[in-house]
Amino acid sequence: MSSSTFALPNTTSAQHLADLREVTARIREHVVNMCAGPEGGHVGGSMSLVEILATLYFRVMLVDPQFPASPDRDVLLLSKGHGGIGLYATLCEAGFFPAERLADYGVHGSSLMAHPNTDVPGVEMPTGSLGHGLALGIGFALATKLDESDRRTFVIMGDGELQEGSVWEAASVASSQKLDNLIAVIDRNGLQITGGTREVNDLEPLADRWRAFGWRVFEVDGHDVDALTGALSAEPEEGKPTVVIARTVKGKGLPAVENQIRSHYAKLGDRQRRSALAALRKGQRS
Amino acid sequence: MTAAVKVLSSREVYRDIVAELLPRDERMICLDTDTGLFGGVDFGAASNRYVNIGIAEHTLMGAAAGLAKEGRIPFVNTMAAFACSRAIEAVKIDIAYNNLPVRIAATHSGVSAGHLGPTHHALEDLAVMRTLPNMTVIVPADAASTDALVRQALALPGPVYLRLGRNATPDLPAGPPVKLGQAQVLRQGTDITIAACGSYPVLAAIEAAELLGAEGIEATVLHVHTVKPLDTATLAAAAGFTGTVITVEEHWRTGGFGAAVAEALTELLPVRVHRLGLPDRFVGVSGSQSYLLERAGVTAAAIAERAKSSLKG
Repeated sequence: MSSSTFALPNTTSAQHLADLREVTARIREHVVNMCAGPEGGHVGGSMSLVEILATLYFRVMLVDPQFPASPDRDVLLLSKGHGGIGLYATLCEAGFFPAERLADYGVHGSSLMAHPNTDVPGVEMPTGSLGHGLALGIGFALATKLDESDRRTFVIMGDGELQEGSVWEAASVASSQKLDNLIAVIDRNGLQITGGTREVNDLEPLADRWRAFGWRVFEVDGHDVDALTGALSAEPEEGKPTVVIARTVKGKGLPAVENQIRSHYAKLGDRQRRSALAALRKGQRS
Repeated sequence: MTAAVKVLSSREVYRDIVAELLPRDERMICLDTDTGLFGGVDFGAASNRYVNIGIAEHTLMGAAAGLAKEGRIPFVNTMAAFACSRAIEAVKIDIAYNNLPVRIAATHSGVSAGHLGPTHHALEDLAVMRTLPNMTVIVPADAASTDALVRQALALPGPVYLRLGRNATPDLPAGPPVKLGQAQVLRQGTDITIAACGSYPVLAAIEAAELLGAEGIEATVLHVHTVKPLDTATLAAAAGFTGTVITVEEHWRTGGFGAAVAEALTELLPVRVHRLGLPDRFVGVSGSQSYLLERAGVTAAAIAERAKSSLKG
């Protein structure tokens, strides 16, 4: 079975595109609301992820919210665990748990912490310490190969995360093991806590680095769901893992913080929450 | 003329068990990091379940976690020094946090790497591994206990740290059956308890008990192969009977087996615990495993001396 078989039908129809825009809008609203909760949240790196997550869960991956551990499922590992609230919002939109539960985020005693863990339905592995997801993904992909299954494993990493040496250790192992069922996605928003990735610890030439490690590389606009769908659903290249470098904007959808380092983490007051939601609705109409 | 039976190191005994069982158990997968331990092993039709990923210990632990999450039982192989320090975050977060059935075969433990030096010694691994929730920590002392403990650990639902040596070490004298989680009582005395962990420490404890016996001091000798969960009941019973306890280990005195015993006993009994192990410094000289232990004072004579001075004082 080819990987494209997993893509949902009519993915290019105007109706489906409209539906997905509604989904991404709701995910962004959930993220804003969680950032207005008791602890605040990683708003910037969650907003940059929204189209990546929505494309995976609504167009690309085979998942069953009623049976999250289904042996036939595709696997997603959010290696940039600080995108946790983006993942929670997407999982509830995809039906893994009711949206009301998002109100528990950051509440004392709740399992909805800033970084995901497996008490949250749909979360495969706890993440948060950067540079772990790709090695985990190798394990899932090796198991899938042993099972002679065509399931795929997706690993979403931040671009700043690529400064961790363990990423490149795993990148070399993945290509050496010819894991063509492993797809990495880079949320290339270009920012980290203290500045631009270019200033702090330059990653360029990023695509060439991955090619040099034996990976097939796609570069796409990370907010264009059709471009993402094409890259994430592409037929595997035999014997090669794939990386999709998704160019994104940190804080996407919130003009007040878009592409600013202060978008990394925010605790929104009620007025800020309302103005953020208004900005989202305005962006949605335009 | 009969050929001498080759005594195997604990890592070789472990290797042979994996070679025997892996082809029979579809769940088992052996992940290697260029250790060379499996050089002579032919896994036959199961050779796709032996994967050498190269020198990549973080990836080893992470990949093992992914495989275990998918229902496999990974046996991962590296030196103890790398398992407990370089790869520790992946062991903590990816394996222990998820309570996954990964078997970490950590070879060259203690100073068994000898003249390879402090980069290859692991004198902190028990301190590190026993602090991790869900982790079972096992230290076999000879070929027979390795065989028993590795097989008994197969069915454990969570992660296991197997502290293995590099070198063949002498067999322990026959004793009661080795049971995971239970201290093996090798000798019962009335005056002092010697609790030992690992090959040379247990051998030294047995010899020390003989030395003491010749002077009319009767020692209980416990071979404690399971550091976590610790057999507190047997330790407390022995300590309650004899008073003073001496622990012996091939590990820095800080945080290891002796510390685990002291932590447990001080909550239960007013008893003195003396910890013999390697002092709080790096072992910066060349030497064999037995030489380095002798130099550090992990010997029968040192145990006997400590016992006598403690009983006097």
